[in-house]
Amino acid sequence: MTAALIGLPLLGATLLLLGGRRTNTWGHFLAVAMSASSFFVGVALYIQMLGRSAEERAVGQHLFDWIAVGTFNVPFGLHLDQLSMCFVLLITGVGTLIHIYSIGYMEHDPNRRRFFAYLNLFVAAMLLLVLADNYLLLYVGWEGVGLASYLLISFWQHKPSAAVAGKKAFIVNRVGDVGLSLAVMLMFTTLGTVTFQGVADAAGQGPSLKITLIGFALLLAACGKSAQFPLQSWLLDAMEGPTPVSALIHAATMVTAGVYLIIRAHAIFDLSQDARTAVVVIGAITLLLGAFIGTAKDDIKKGLAGSTMSQIGYMILAAGLGPVGYVFAIFHLLTHGLFKAGLFLGAGSVMHGMHDDVNMRHYGALRTSMKITYATFGLGFLAIIGIPPFAGFWSKDEIISAAFGQNYLVGLATLIGAGVTAFYMTRMMAMTFFGESRWEDGVHPHESSTVMTAPMMILAVGSVFGGLLLKFVGDIEAWLEPVTGVAHPTHPISAAVLIPVTLLVVASGAGYAWTKYAQRPVPVVAPTDVSILTRAARADAYGDAINEAVFMRPGLHLTRALTWFDAKGIDGTIGGVSAAIGGLSARARRLQNGYTRSYALTMLGGAALIAFVLLLARL
Amino acid sequence: MNPNYYIALAGILFTIGALGVLIRRNAIIVFMSVEMMLNAANLAFVAAARETGTLDGQVAAFFVMVVAAAEVVVGLAIIVTIFRSRRSASIDEPSLLKY
Amino acid sequence: MSLTALMLLPLIGAVVVFALPAGRDLLAKQVALGFGLVVAVAAVVMGLGMDKSNGGLQYVEKYSWIPSFGISWGLGVDGISIVLIVMAAVMVPLVFIAGWNDVENAGRGTVKGFFSLMLLLEVFMIGVFAATDLFLFYVFFEAMLIPIYFLIGRFGGPQRAYAAMKFLLYSLVGGLFMLAALIGLYVVSARELGAGTFDYTALTQLHIDPATQKMLFLGFFFAFAVKAPMVPFHTWLPDAAAESTPGTATLLVGVLDKVGTFGMIHYLLPIFPDASKYFAPAIITLAVISIFYGALLAIGQSDMMRLVAFSSVSHFGFIVMGIFAFTSQGLSGSTLYMVNHGFSTGALFLVVGYLSSRRGSKNIADFGGVQKVAPIMAGVFLLAGLSSLALPGMSSFVSEFLVLVGTFSEYPQAANIATVGIVLAAFYILWMYQRTMTGEPSQEVSSTVNEISKRELVAIVPIIAIIIAFGLFPQGLLNIINPTTKQVQSTVQVVDPAPAVQGLASTEGSGS
Repeated sequence: MTAALIGLPLLGATLLLLGGRRTNTWGHFLAVAMSASSFFVGVALYIQMLGRSAEERAVGQHLFDWIAVGTFNVPFGLHLDQLSMCFVLLITGVGTLIHIYSIGYMEHDPNRRRFFAYLNLFVAAMLLLVLADNYLLLYVGWEGVGLASYLLISFWQHKPSAAVAGKKAFIVNRVGDVGLSLAVMLMFTTLGTVTFQGVADAAGQGPSLKITLIGFALLLAACGKSAQFPLQSWLLDAMEGPTPVSALIHAATMVTAGVYLIIRAHAIFDLSQDARTAVVVIGAITLLLGAFIGTAKDDIKKGLAGSTMSQIGYMILAAGLGPVGYVFAIFHLLTHGLFKAGLFLGAGSVMHGMHDDVNMRHYGALRTSMKITYATFGLGFLAIIGIPPFAGFWSKDEIISAAFGQNYLVGLATLIGAGVTAFYMTRMMAMTFFGESRWEDGVHPHESSTVMTAPMMILAVGSVFGGLLLKFVGDIEAWLEPVTGVAHPTHPISAAVLIPVTLLVVASGAGYAWTKYAQRPVPVVAPTDVSILTRAARADAYGDAINEAVFMRPGLHLTRALTWFDAKGIDGTIGGVSAAIGGLSARARRLQNGYTRSYALTMLGGAALIAFVLLLARL
Repeated sequence: MNPNYYIALAGILFTIGALGVLIRRNAIIVFMSVEMMLNAANLAFVAAARETGTLDGQVAAFFVMVVAAAEVVVGLAIIVTIFRSRRSASIDEPSLLKY
Repeated sequence: MSLTALMLLPLIGAVVVFALPAGRDLLAKQVALGFGLVVAVAAVVMGLGMDKSNGGLQYVEKYSWIPSFGISWGLGVDGISIVLIVMAAVMVPLVFIAGWNDVENAGRGTVKGFFSLMLLLEVFMIGVFAATDLFLFYVFFEAMLIPIYFLIGRFGGPQRAYAAMKFLLYSLVGGLFMLAALIGLYVVSARELGAGTFDYTALTQLHIDPATQKMLFLGFFFAFAVKAPMVPFHTWLPDAAAESTPGTATLLVGVLDKVGTFGMIHYLLPIFPDASKYFAPAIITLAVISIFYGALLAIGQSDMMRLVAFSSVSHFGFIVMGIFAFTSQGLSGSTLYMVNHGFSTGALFLVVGYLSSRRGSKNIADFGGVQKVAPIMAGVFLLAGLSSLALPGMSSFVSEFLVLVGTFSEYPQAANIATVGIVLAAFYILWMYQRTMTGEPSQEVSSTVNEISKRELVAIVPIIAIIIAFGLFPQGLLNIINPTTKQVQSTVQVVDPAPAVQGLASTEGSGS
């Protein structure tokens, strides 16, 4: 049953890729059906799971022995527990909605079938990631989603920028994968096992230095996949992919895999304060950096990408807080999955109406011509900035509160982040839907078709009620408790103080943006006389420039030098030796000059020499 | 008589022959010089045979004579052929067998 | 089915193909393919018939050859050699299909000559892996050079004569050192056993004094390092691979080079255990250098064949590293790596061959936008590339990870550094893909590069199917390999290091 979750979308992807053009006419329906049936299987499993007591909810399924050499024994086994279940429902649910949306969005693309095949492949790989029962099998899903992400970012391969962005995403992710590799190797050599259960059981007896190192290695892996500092640079470029891809992979699901990894390995992090501190620091840096980048982007998708970085920073930070934060990290992950997917689909709808223009300076006043998009985007907006009772409020507020419980500095970072989030989201709202229209000539905005708006509406409903449902109906804290352990959070600042303060910060951020972008006209061309900070934010805080200067350029120089060395140094030495021998032979050949007399002289000389030596020997 | 005189004479003849081979260009003279070297060797063989009172040296001398005769036949034939084609008996002329 | 019969089959094929009348090219190809397929099936059957509980030699046969020197015609396979023989036998017919039309317009040899030489090469490939007599091994080791020399020198690109001669000289120099060491080994065995022998099993039981071991080890190692190839003895490989036909390059890099690493695991470790341990740190260092050197140079190449050749230098670094880690994961992983690398590099060479035969150029800069005109070709190219960069889910990942984890438990620093190599692998493969396949196609590309043909698909699809199948079910191969690597470990007298935490059961027993 669990295997069917992965098997169905995988089958869909295989059929579509091998089927070729024959499947062009109905391929997208097959993909949607596969994704949807996977969702229904997930719902069925969820209902089954609800029927069992909390301790018996986790089920394992051993499919076959995957790799067994010596003591290194890795099963191909699946493990479905409460944590995996959250992800299964998010991935298949949001995934199916985005599949449906894509039917409309990719309607005129000649390679629509391939697009749906990749989407199905992604769903399968992501499900494998969250259902694997050991770290090595998780690795397969981990790189599988990386591959799907690569394929989908560079889906429009004829655009060089898309091809480069895809490659960049894969390679930066590979840097993170080095961390995952090292973590698995360390686990095996220290703990003798790589299964989740085995590691959790044995971690307590491992040497603390090794446990901390495993934690750091896992954090590196999470940084790569979740676009956390310092491996954040690929996410903004990833917006080259079609918008449904950005919604599914680069907002709702794949980029949150790092959070999943940290919480899945909580046995390691529970033991190592140093590793947890590193996680919190990375999370705090990224949440501020992402928000900062989001404030200056004119490209609506890149603005949302910065926001994604920032929101995942919140989750990572929460995960680093230890048992008090794990639940809230997942809580925020789920609500974020709903409202961010909705926001991205809204952005896609806007782009669809604006002839694929992504520059918000060419938008404005769209609330009248795209009413549904305006409404759904607006609800997502309220959710992300954390207005009660929308989804984001419940999860983000808990994180801020838990962060203050840990450390005031960390708490302050989350609070500032909330304010900046309100600023850039209001700016986005204002520039897109309010103010006067700044449309380019020949652009006539229109509402998207029902097949696209329906998923947006469902996600908007999720943005409104998701938080409430998860907190009060689903009782996520009790639900996840068997997986993440019990925690008794300390709240140095009572909710009665913190919630009004947070709302005040949010309101001031939003208000500032409103006065700046809604009440004053927005210039069509981005002003150049801006502060150094704006310029830095526009340049993604110089992340690419640093990578370029520190890795790419020296790397290329090294490569060029080595190529030269290989040709001139190694091959040159060997060529030199052979040339020397050849030259010597050419000289020696000259002795054969054809004159009999000289041969005779050589003979005489040789004979005389032999006679002399013989005489000498006798004496 | 002291056999050393014979050996010395053989050495002198051999040296004259060797110099003739190295210095002279006319193939016939060179050829005759080679004969002279061979005969010098013969002289030394015979003298040594006389000295030791065995027949070995004399037998060797006969061998040398037979070989020399055979060599003369082949060598003169080559020289004549070369002379016919080049109108010259100089041994520096046919230096084609080289690098 | 005996191993001698398995070698006779392609030999008969080579003779038959060569004896065909000139001009009957199609018949020559069909006959050669027929023999190739029969050999492949026979080899697979033999592989399936292996006794998986036995790590020693199987299918053993031994006939006296030169009794006065203790030389015999001895054949036999263990878990390591059988998988390599099967890999070679499977690759040959696929190479035939892929290179069906490559020979007509390459070099100055005849079609039947090409296929005949290929079959002759197969004879020696089987022989070199199956020999249980070191002298016989040496004979095959050197004899392999002859068909390969002609395959490169007669059927290659413009620089083929240079490349063939370079390859031959490198291999001969390596072989010379090996011959010297081989004679030394014979003398040692004569001193110790009374009568000299070249028999593998007898030699593994010798107790050679450490100083002699080191000398003999170096002689063999040099030959194997040239063959493998390891930096700095690698420069023949890019030239040979770039100048030969794709089919020759596939067999050269995919199968022949494995003789080097096979020799290390099969001969060096069991016969010279002390010397192997003594030199292991130095060799691991050299292997790590190879990994990075090969990868960085692959990034710097502008010719696709050379790029793949340099990526192989990097991969061979992984294989050698795993072997000299002496752990069961390292040894089994390296053996598996040899098989997987044969398939994945073979696939890459063949696809590059497809591309260059269309465009008439192997230069990366001459391509671009192929994805738009030939999407299936681009997809196959990407799959082959992903296998080369060891994407999880493909067979190469299993072997690469086993090598890394096996090395990590003995040499953590080396494994740490080598792990970074996987980033470089992603870079050179994807950058090549980006430059050749993406973007807008130029006029030349869209007029010359057409979609992959049915014949070409028939050759490449089985390889990719094998790669994916063994990515999910590597245990089928590992079950054959593991007993033998265990035996190698016991011959070398090493055991896997135990993890710091001894599993829960044992720690509970000790009361902690």
